[in-house]
Amino acid sequence: MGSWRVYPAVAAGGFRRYATYRVATAAGVFTNTVFGLILVYTYLALWEARPGLGGYDQAQAVTYVWLGQALFAMLAVQGGGFEVELMERIRTGEIAVDLYRPVDMQLWWLANDMGRAVFQLLGRGVVPFVLGALLFPSALPAEAAVWAAFLLALLLAMLVSFAIRYLFALSAFWLLDGQGVAQALMVTGLFCSGMTLPLNAFPGSLGEVVQALPWAAQLQVPADVLMGETALLEAYVFQAAWAVALLAAGRLLQSAATRRVVVQGG
Amino acid sequence: MADAFIELDGVEKVFEVRRKTGFLKRERRQVRAVDALSFTVARGEMVGYIGPNGAGKSTTIKMLTGILTPSAGRLRVAGIDPSRERTRLAHRMGVVFGQRTTLWWDLPLIDSYRLMHRMYRIPDARYRENLQRLVELLDLGELLDVPVRQLSLGQRMRGDIAAALLHDPEVLYLDEPTIGLDVISKTKVRDFLRQLNADRATTVLLTTHDLQDIEQLCSRVMVIDHGRLVYDGALAGLHEAGESERTLVVDLERELPPIEAPAPARVVRVEGPRQWLAFPASESAAGLVAQVAARYPLVDLSVREPDIEAVIARMYTERGGTPVSEPS
Repeated sequence: MGSWRVYPAVAAGGFRRYATYRVATAAGVFTNTVFGLILVYTYLALWEARPGLGGYDQAQAVTYVWLGQALFAMLAVQGGGFEVELMERIRTGEIAVDLYRPVDMQLWWLANDMGRAVFQLLGRGVVPFVLGALLFPSALPAEAAVWAAFLLALLLAMLVSFAIRYLFALSAFWLLDGQGVAQALMVTGLFCSGMTLPLNAFPGSLGEVVQALPWAAQLQVPADVLMGETALLEAYVFQAAWAVALLAAGRLLQSAATRRVVVQGG
Repeated sequence: MADAFIELDGVEKVFEVRRKTGFLKRERRQVRAVDALSFTVARGEMVGYIGPNGAGKSTTIKMLTGILTPSAGRLRVAGIDPSRERTRLAHRMGVVFGQRTTLWWDLPLIDSYRLMHRMYRIPDARYRENLQRLVELLDLGELLDVPVRQLSLGQRMRGDIAAALLHDPEVLYLDEPTIGLDVISKTKVRDFLRQLNADRATTVLLTTHDLQDIEQLCSRVMVIDHGRLVYDGALAGLHEAGESERTLVVDLERELPPIEAPAPARVVRVEGPRQWLAFPASESAAGLVAQVAARYPLVDLSVREPDIEAVIARMYTERGGTPVSEPS
């Protein structure tokens, strides 16, 4: 499957591609900061009325908001990562060119998206997060070990995020038009990953369901790891299990899609 | 042939097309894109592969590169069955599509080359040497740090050709490499391909709509139509086989009845003072021009070369097959 050294090169390329668009990055930082402010005041009002909602106090709720804004672009919660490009290549048939390469398609796009994610975290995530922590009461840990644990949870969150979007993107082989897929991705992403409200604040069985879905591995679990609201092992197992299952499903779908192209010509 | 590099023996590709014929009703129809195709290409040969749109050119290339499996027949490239060992073959072939790019759109050209370096596991010294040679031959020196999206079509094409050759492929498939290029860019690309074939004995299979590409590069041309090979030989022979004709366009001083041209030349179209005369491609235009100029008040003239589609259309009708549709 080609040389493994190609994948770090692809990731580096993914990073630099996003780094070239500075104005877009600045606009993104601004947007995330403004949305953060709106959500913080909404949450403060909500937690004022319902103290301890979802097991969070006010400082934790605020920290949750800024974490969400910091990870928003990185996890491509509402789409906008590699999958846009992949679906376009499938639609135009350019995907055929990719098949000439001695590389694994899934690893290629994963590396590409990881590069993008690291840039988005640094370029778009850090500023709103630091601003939020300075301006509002926060529940951030002091121990370096917790931050390290959080970084690992973040890596797993990225794998799950990629795997979900890879599955959605490959559906373009059969659906041809990616618009409906992109919308489905956006709605499920915003709602199920806990971008609008922490998943543990969802009532009853709805809360249980969304917390068991893979989207929970993206924001809810890393947030709980950071704020010490969950057992580490349990969190990692949950994330890793979804990552493995979804990546494997992606491989299956990929070979079905390739077979379809190879036999039927797309 | 002893050192056949590309071998096709009775290769077929049948697509199943489903067409909507009503609500939830589908009609299945089989389309034979390639039919009993057999040919061999020797190592180091440079072959033109031509035919009208939809003739089966791309399908053939896709089968040769392994991204389509033949429905029947035997196909080997360098002794390898492409569809079974696509990745292994990928290291030994280069592919360039005139209308598609393998380059990284947002990044400088050099970044795409660094990626090829890793992707094809090219040894460092080899990579540096090849890059230097390709940059020189394709005149890419000043473009390496320019993002691909800012390159002109001709520059991008040269960039794509270099990308396809960094790993020293034994065979290069070119699909319309000069499409949309201006005269200077076309010349650069052709000069380079000629030199590549001479220096490195790279086997080249070239599909094109531009007869000049073939004239200047290929000693052998294969014509495919309706999925079948209808001609395989020298280009000169193609003109004979297709009885292809050139056209002399003359502008007279005023509207006149059709020119009485010496046979076999004849007037095929009259539009006001402008007239079109067809004559065999094998004959010189000079004699005809002299005769017309001597007897008619000539203002201006031009000679048009036959295009591939017209040659093939005529050849196909000649052979008693169904005529292909008019080229658009």
